[in-house]
Formats: sequence, structure tokens, C-alpha cells
Amino acid sequence: MKALLSGNEAVARGAYEAGIQVAAGYPGTPSSEILENVAQYKEIYSEWSVNEKVAMDMAAGVAYSGRRAMVTTKQVGINVLSDSLFYTVYTGLEAGLVVVTADDPGMFSTQNEQDNRYYAKLGKFPLLEPADSQEAKDFVIKGIEMSEMFDTSVLIRTTMRTSHSKSLVTLGERPKVKDEVGPFTRNPEKYNCMCLWAKKRHPVVEERLTQLADYAETFPWNRIEWRDRDLGIIASGVVYEYAKEVFTNASFLKLGMTFPLPRHLIREFSEGVKKLVIIEELDPFLEEQIKAMGIDAVGKEIFPPYDELLPQTLRDLGIKAGLLPGPQTKRNNAPRGEDLPGRSPVLCPGCPYRACFYLLNKMKLPVAGDIGCYNLGALPPFNAQHTMGAMGASIGVLHGMGKSGLPEPAVATIGDSTFFHAGIPPLLNMVHNHGIGTVIILDNFTTAMTGHQDHPGNDFTLMGERTRRVDIEELVKAMGVEKVLNVNAFDVKAMESGLRECTNHKGTAVLIATGACVFVSRSAQPAYVVDTDLCTACSLCSRLGCPAIVKAEGIHEKTKRKKTRIDPVLCNGCDVCLQVCHSGAIQKPKETSS
Amino acid sequence: MLRKDLNFLIAGVGGQGTVVASDILSEVGIRSGYDVKKSDILGLAVRGGSVVSHVRWADRVHAPMLEEENADYLVGFEWLEAIRRVSYVKPDGIILVNDCRLDPITVSSGQAEYPDTKEILSHLERAAKKVYVISGLQTAIELGNSRILNIVLLGALSKILESEPEMWKKIIQERLPPKLVALNQMAFDSGRALIR
Repeated sequence: MKALLSGNEAVARGAYEAGIQVAAGYPGTPSSEILENVAQYKEIYSEWSVNEKVAMDMAAGVAYSGRRAMVTTKQVGINVLSDSLFYTVYTGLEAGLVVVTADDPGMFSTQNEQDNRYYAKLGKFPLLEPADSQEAKDFVIKGIEMSEMFDTSVLIRTTMRTSHSKSLVTLGERPKVKDEVGPFTRNPEKYNCMCLWAKKRHPVVEERLTQLADYAETFPWNRIEWRDRDLGIIASGVVYEYAKEVFTNASFLKLGMTFPLPRHLIREFSEGVKKLVIIEELDPFLEEQIKAMGIDAVGKEIFPPYDELLPQTLRDLGIKAGLLPGPQTKRNNAPRGEDLPGRSPVLCPGCPYRACFYLLNKMKLPVAGDIGCYNLGALPPFNAQHTMGAMGASIGVLHGMGKSGLPEPAVATIGDSTFFHAGIPPLLNMVHNHGIGTVIILDNFTTAMTGHQDHPGNDFTLMGERTRRVDIEELVKAMGVEKVLNVNAFDVKAMESGLRECTNHKGTAVLIATGACVFVSRSAQPAYVVDTDLCTACSLCSRLGCPAIVKAEGIHEKTKRKKTRIDPVLCNGCDVCLQVCHSGAIQKPKETSS
Repeated sequence: MLRKDLNFLIAGVGGQGTVVASDILSEVGIRSGYDVKKSDILGLAVRGGSVVSHVRWADRVHAPMLEEENADYLVGFEWLEAIRRVSYVKPDGIILVNDCRLDPITVSSGQAEYPDTKEILSHLERAAKKVYVISGLQTAIELGNSRILNIVLLGALSKILESEPEMWKKIIQERLPPKLVALNQMAFDSGRALIR
């Protein structure tokens, strides 16, 4: 039976068909749908862990206990889990363990464009790169097999296009998995990385790499496709599919396993073609290794180490480099994207973050920001997140700002899920080291940006079990923060006075801005209306950046500016604009205002 | 329907239901015997950003993404998003555009002007063989729910493709909870009726 699956759905299916029994991760685009789909298989225990490192350690514990495990992460999440991933390569495992990283060439939702393939080389473990959904599924199954055959963790690297594109997948069955495990293996010389013992494991790791390189020669998804031998192309991942479409006559060496490399196969291919071209998105990971073998090839001279290499880009660059016959593709002369008004994402109507960023803009405070929907507060009309770099970074950066003796009070903004992920240690650090600054914890009861996944502040788990909710206010107080305020995020006045009180405090303060994400609360109120007779076109409400607040046709006589209108389809009555309006023009709808 | 390779581009604003529409369109291709690939933008862009789905039907599809001037059909859920993607349309391609204007924040905050929709239409007409303009949102709202716009547009597309409605409606039925089926089937038929 065949099904149309996204790469992420296919990885989840692969987990099922590989007999994986535990899967864990932290949500992050473009990887989030993997675990959401794993959760559909009741045979697999799955969880959203508080962060990637915790997920990795948990999976190690599972594999040490003799159960097959999988960890999922977005590209930069591997930076968080790598410390733990690396020890599993030294220890090996009692059952298979695969780590899936979804990279993001083109930076659709990530703060950098790092190429995670280098992790395989750095940590010395095998790397698989699926090109479509079928391979995404097959490689999880193969990855578990390799993990058990070679006693190492295996990394599977997708990209946003492999993760989010859909293609047909042949479905298989789940193998029988053993009912019982244990007792736990007590073999500290293997599983305890004390330097004395780990030192003896390093040669094992190196010997394993040699064996894996031999294995790569016969890995079925490393294959030569001979066509015209004037041009030979080496490619992996979805770029292989793009290149097949653009360079229709070329010979291909298609690589599914890209570390360690099949050196004999590469040499055979390079000797069989006149010109060898290596096409890979991001860094010259293959190219450097192939050139180091003394093989003459071109790659990054033609194809840049940034952004996606989509079919159109490959064609344009291929023609420019003389690899394809010209001329450049003609283009219809309609307006191009850059000439049109942009449409970047915005805080939703009814978003609990809106009042906070309106006020941060108004109070002109320096803001150390963090990762989540609220980073949209960096954009106009708010312009009120001045830094953002990594999960949980805001609080550490705030502490640094406080210790630098700035002339103004500084604040950090961090969401609930991000706070649980990496915000707790830096806040403890501020308490211990007499930090000065205000941490605004924007608690919307969910991991909103990535699709509303659960976290320790929720009373349910990924698998739908009831659980004990961690109260952020109690947690923060227990951590020793002296000044803690908890404010309704939709109450503009209370938010403003809370912000003033916290920023006047000479020490570490926490302001918890509490308000549910509109997708969680589902309690939309009727749309508000504008009394155009009262509207003075002051445009104060437009500083809220709400998609429901639009320009009306009516013009104010004195200012000649367009008055405001509220789009009744988009508005869900959060009330923030009414509180901001000075002229009383924004009102609750008459029939329900009583 | 003629058995030939077909490429579709579905353009809209996050939240308009473009992903569901492209999922259904993909399923129609599969049941018509094609190899199918599709590509969506998910995540950040869902919050009211510009979104596009590529859907490809062929005997063997390699790339899930189209090159420019390669779409046989462009379905624009909104004027600005239709013109944003027009460079993908084949000269003999067909454009279906929903007569709807959604102001991005850049426009509502006064930083940019929304292009004149008549001007957009004339650009679309120059780029493609045929442009259909339908009031899909109006139809959806008259049926009682703006969220079925995507199904209205799929109905219209099926008519343009000269494809029989049964398979489409069966797929829609399979994807939805029973209580929503009748409304969506109505939306699909209404969409078909908008194309004459």
C-alpha cells in the first residue's frame, strides 16, 4: 500500500516500521511534525521533553535499557543535544538509536544556516541523508539496523524541503519487538565515560569508522546512474532530485550515506566522467572530503554555500557556468516579489503578546529577546526585541546588560516553553549573582510558534495523558526571585504599571504576563467596531500591529488621514485596542456589550 | 481529464487553507494514476504570512518544487499573492484568482500601497492564456463559513480541469468529520458553478 507522506510523516512511519519503542524531542520547525505523527502510533511511547539535550539523554537511557529509540530536533537543536549525542558514540548502545535533525537551508524559521552534516564528522558517527519521503522512512529502518550492527548512534539529516514536501511511500509492517528487557546492563567500562575507560573506547570509535566506510561502499542508496559521461554530478538529499530534473543527461553518483564516504565508489565515478561537479546545499561537506582524496572537482565555485539550491537556481547557475546550454530562461515581465508589498508573519488578532510589545515600544526600553512568536515583536510597528540568538539566551544577555552598567533599565522577553527549555539556569544565575533586570515571561500556555505542543506548564502530555502542571509563578519564587508579579496580559494598564514597578526594582524582577494563545483558548469574543464619527484618525491603534485593524475609506477632516476600521472576520474581541483608543471610537459591538 | 503532466501552484495567506487544498489536489492526482509530489511552507509563515504550495502530477516526479514559467495552473487565494507568484505560470497556463484583497500589515500601517487590483488583473492576463476571477470568499460566506473558501476554489479548479466531481468529493468526504461533509460538498459544487 502507498500513501502520500511528508518527510516528517515518513520518519514517523519509519519509527513504527523500525520497531522503535521510545521517541523524544523538542518542537522546532521544520522537525515538529515528526513526533506529532509518532504520537499517532500507540505502540511507541513518545514525549515532548523540556529540551533537546534532555530528550537525547532520555533516549540514551532507553537504548542502554535495550529498547530502540529516536530523538528528533530542528537544525539548531542539535547544538543543545550534541554534548549527549557524542557520549553515546563512545559508549555504544544495547539497542538501536537514531537522531533525526531537520536542517533549514534558506532559513525559513531558524537563526542561522549551519550545516549539521559536520556533526557526523566531529562526533564520528554515520550520517544518512534522505532525498524524499520513501527514503526518509527507509533510512530510519536502516539507521536502526546500522546502529545495532555497528554499536553507535546514527544521524539522519533532512532539510526543510525533505521534511515538508510530500511524496509517495510504500508502507510496511511493524516488526515484532521483544516484550521484556533487562536487567540493566552493568558494564561501566563501556557505559561510564570516565576518562580512564573512555580513552580505551576512542580506538574502538576509530576502528568502527573504518568498518562503516567499507559498509558505505555497498549501502544500497549510494549508487551510480550512468548517462552521458561528459558531466558527472555527485549529490545527496533533495538536491539530488532537483539536479536530476535540471541536468537530465548527466551521470549521477547519488549518495544516501554521506559519512563516512564510499571512497572507492567516488573514485570509480570520478574516473568515469570528464567533468565532476558536486552539488550540495550549504557547506562543501562532500566537496572538501572528495578534494582531499586528490580528485579534481568543482562545487562551491558555482553553487554558493548559502540559501537553497532550488531547480531554478541550479538551472540559472548551470547555464552561467556552461554546464547547460543557454540562454537564460526567459521570464514573463510581470511584477516580481521585490516590487510588491511584503507580507511577513504577524502576531495573530487576539494574541496575548500584543499589549506587552506595544508598551515596550512606548516605554523605549532595551529588550533582550528570545525565540517564539514574540520575536515578531522585533518587527514594525513594535521594534521592541533588540537581540535574539538562541533558546533561553534572553535572560543571560539581560544579566550581561545589567552588569554592564547601562544608564537605563533593561528587560528580557521569553515565552513559557522557551523558559522551561533553557531559561531556568540563567534566571538562577541572576538570583545568585545579584543580577539587575526584568524578565518578562510571556505565558500563553503553549509552545505556540511550532504548532501548540505541550510543555511542563500544561496538564496534558503529547500522548494525551493528564499530568501535574508546573506553576511558573511558584517556580520562580522558589528559585529565589524577590520581585515577582503576575499580570493579565490583555490588561494594558496593569501591564504598564507592572512593567514600571519591575523596572524600578534594583535587582532581579520577573513579570509574568499571563494570557492564552488564541489557538488554545478558543474563546473568541464578537468583533469590536469603530464609531467613525468619534475616530480622530490618530493611528494610535495601528501601533498594535493587529491584522484586524485596517484603514477605513473615511478621512478625518482636520488631519486628512484615513480613519480606522476593524475587519469583522479577523477580530476576535481581545479588547486591547479599545483600551488604547483615546477617543472612545473603538467599542464593543452594541448587541453584546450589555 | 487528459493524461498529461500537470504542475500547480497554490498561493495565499497563512490561515486561508492552502495546505489542505493542495493535499486534496495531490490525492486527486494519485487516484488518477500519477506520481505526485508537493511542497508547502509551514511554521512561521502560518501567522498571516505569504504561503505557497507546489503540486506536481507526472509519471515520475523528481523535484517537489517548480521552476519559473512551469505552472500549468496558478490558484491565487488573494490578489497580491496571485501576482507575487505569477512568474511561475507557463505562457499557456491558466490562472484562477479569488477576488479578495487582504491588506498585509505593511499596507494597513501605511508603509506600502496595495497594488490596484485592475492592474494586477491585466498583468495576470498578459502572463497566462486565461484568467478566471471568481468571488470565492463571497460564496463561502453566503454558505455560512469563510473557512470553506479553499473547497470553493477547488470546486472551481476541478471544473476548469474538466474533471468529474465525484472523486474530488469522495476525497473531501474522507478527510472531514461527518458533520462538516455536507457543507464542504456544497462549497465544492458552488465553486464548480462559478466557472462557466
